[in-house]
Amino acid sequence: MSKLITVSPSPHMYGGDNVKKLMYGVVLALLPAFLVSVYFFGIGALIVTAVSVVSCVGFEYLIQKHLMKTTPTITDGSAAVTGLLLAFNLPTNLPVWIILIGALVAIGVGKMSFGGLGNNPFNPALVGRIFLLISFPVQMTSFPKPIVSRTQYTDAVTGATPLEIIKEGISEGIPLSELMGQIPGYFDLFIGRMHGSMGEIGALALIIGGIYLLARKIITWHIPVSILSTIIVFTGILWAANPEANADPMFHILSGGIMLGAIYMATDYATSPMTPKGMWIYGIGIGVITVTIRVWGAYPEGVAFSILIMNAFVPIINKYIKPKRFGEEVKNG
Amino acid sequence: MLKTFPKGGIHPAEHKITAGKPTETLPVPKTAVIPLSQHLGAPSTPVVKKGDMVKAGQLIAKSSAFVSANIHSSVSGKVTKIDNVIDTSGYRQPAVIIEVEGDEWDEKIDPGKTLKKEITISGEEIRKRTEEAGIVGLGGATFPSHIKLSVPKGKKAEVLIINGAECEPYLTADHRLMLEKGDELMVGITLLMKALGVEKAMIGIENNKPDAVDHLTSLAVNYKGISVHALKVMYPQGAEKQLIKSLINREVPSGALPIEVGTVVHNVGTAVAVYEAVQKNKPLFERVVTVSGKSLKNPGNFLVRIGTPVSELIEAAGGMPEDTGKIINGGPMMGKALNTTEAPVAKGTSGILVFPASDSKREEVQKCIRCAKCVSICPMGLEPYLLNAASEREMWEIVETDRVLDCMECGSCSYICPSRLPLLDYIRLGKSTVSKIIRSRKQ
Ligand code: SF4
Ligand code: SF4
Repeated sequence: MSKLITVSPSPHMYGGDNVKKLMYGVVLALLPAFLVSVYFFGIGALIVTAVSVVSCVGFEYLIQKHLMKTTPTITDGSAAVTGLLLAFNLPTNLPVWIILIGALVAIGVGKMSFGGLGNNPFNPALVGRIFLLISFPVQMTSFPKPIVSRTQYTDAVTGATPLEIIKEGISEGIPLSELMGQIPGYFDLFIGRMHGSMGEIGALALIIGGIYLLARKIITWHIPVSILSTIIVFTGILWAANPEANADPMFHILSGGIMLGAIYMATDYATSPMTPKGMWIYGIGIGVITVTIRVWGAYPEGVAFSILIMNAFVPIINKYIKPKRFGEEVKNG
Repeated sequence: MLKTFPKGGIHPAEHKITAGKPTETLPVPKTAVIPLSQHLGAPSTPVVKKGDMVKAGQLIAKSSAFVSANIHSSVSGKVTKIDNVIDTSGYRQPAVIIEVEGDEWDEKIDPGKTLKKEITISGEEIRKRTEEAGIVGLGGATFPSHIKLSVPKGKKAEVLIINGAECEPYLTADHRLMLEKGDELMVGITLLMKALGVEKAMIGIENNKPDAVDHLTSLAVNYKGISVHALKVMYPQGAEKQLIKSLINREVPSGALPIEVGTVVHNVGTAVAVYEAVQKNKPLFERVVTVSGKSLKNPGNFLVRIGTPVSELIEAAGGMPEDTGKIINGGPMMGKALNTTEAPVAKGTSGILVFPASDSKREEVQKCIRCAKCVSICPMGLEPYLLNAASEREMWEIVETDRVLDCMECGSCSYICPSRLPLLDYIRLGKSTVSKIIRSRKQ
């Protein structure tokens, strides 16, 4: 026996998960959707992803090493996840220099200026995306055509997303039944054959990754389910009230960034609530704001904005929404 | 569906490597070191002095307060001194040290193995014998058992709950007891029922011991009012409040005792000890201890006299492995790391675990990533990340209002945290500081 024995307080056993494993679990969950993007957008998807991931990790390293003078923690995988999620939120024809700016804002402003992983109030990838959307509205809203632009990058043939077509059309008074003929069918939406940001298109692949996240207990069901159900209920009511002016719930959840947002962006640890009840409030808020922006707002899509808005409420939610304490309500039967 | 508690819980690897090992009787030690503080509450007052000859089962220290317990010699021999020794708590505490000569038992004890089923004494007498025999909660909490047998005025016990969950990884002492002393357990439960004046007793057993569930279920038909329930394997199933919730779906309010919801919980080991005390006149001076660990050659369950040094248990289990890095008294989740193997086995020693060095060191700590895992697994519905951060920053008001005193120190939060934060260390600090603040407020 070695002469020294450890004397430390209990517990003496630990679970198998650590930060690194959780982060690489998210990367794995995003893999199916990444493959779908590569299938539909080809070379552009590869370039955007590579640039975004490498630059996010690189910026984190440089900022930690030279500005914060701490030991870089890039191996924990969180910068890679931010890079991947940022890429998923960008069109695949976005020039490299714009991606670099997005990565710098995501990591530098969104994450490191608050002290790094765990301290940031806003989802870093979305901070990057919104900054680019406001700064480069043209480049950020031209989306390559799926399949035909596989071998093209910035010179890809572009077109409007289903959400843009519907929004535009409705505002011009064109009846919905007519507009639906101009967008891909629901099956195409489900598998991802549409114009859109790189990683938001493949609902099916995103759901598969989401099931993996749930099974691995990386996320819980509360946030995705609360967002999706709120959107279904809200758009369902609007649709029932006037089916010629409002798209049906199925269209809403299959188009745009809702799947990506509900499963991967809104569930970001540091920027979402800590209790199930808090998660419901947060999810309902995201759902309501998203639909409000889509239906009445200036932008065709509102997922990113609504997540950032609800991120701001998370500290208050955590302060006032407490878990159900054991022995609090005495319901004895 | 298996019964369980609804909120939180974890499922650590079970490592019940000694489950199939029948209990072996460990030889009587050469020297017995019997601590005077083996129970929750005040240390007992010695009634023997240096030079006295004692027999096994003879009273050597008596209960000194309302919450205290009698202590009996576990061996026969000569008292050589009463001195401070390091016990399983890690501190120096007074103990009676006895040089063993032979193995002579007090003549009142019936050492025979025949089952004595017939109950001839009253409930009050059962309570008194339990008190005289120095029985304390053998699950590890070591609360004097007789106190739990007197129901306070205005309260009523409706059901006795018997804890056979043994939810800590590695430990199998209760498991073996249920298999090997099933009838004694049943009679013990019947005695406890009589003392409490209840018609119903429920035994809760985690479903990783199906043989114990089957065995006791088949025995239960011969005893009135006792039922056996398989519980989901979920730590901390054997925590008193969680077990009550699982079995009778009642929540013991914050700060209250189980009797508040009409129940009393005793461990299976305690019930067997009550059987021996009442039916065989045998005070509590030996117990079953699981000695386990991945590197041990011969891990097993041993019937051990109280006061036997831990080193002799490890010897019996094949000797101290080369790679040992930590020795734990109790289970891996709530047990205490020992600082010496000379510490003696006490009434509350349910297991001695020998961990290799590779499993003994804590991993590097990272910042809280706010993953909410600690919140979702806390069985008491607390927010460990918050209690941790607030204790670290000495924000005691938050620590108090966010109910740190409800924490039962199950360790699930530290277990699950992916950042390896020592959550429970700070929560313990918060608990003791808040307790002090509350006490000073009352004065
Ligand atoms: S489990 Fe650890 S990292 Fe996660 S919220 Fe709790 S303290 Fe923070
Ligand atoms: S140790 Fe306390 S705070 Fe941590 S999980 Fe157990 S009861 Fe909750």
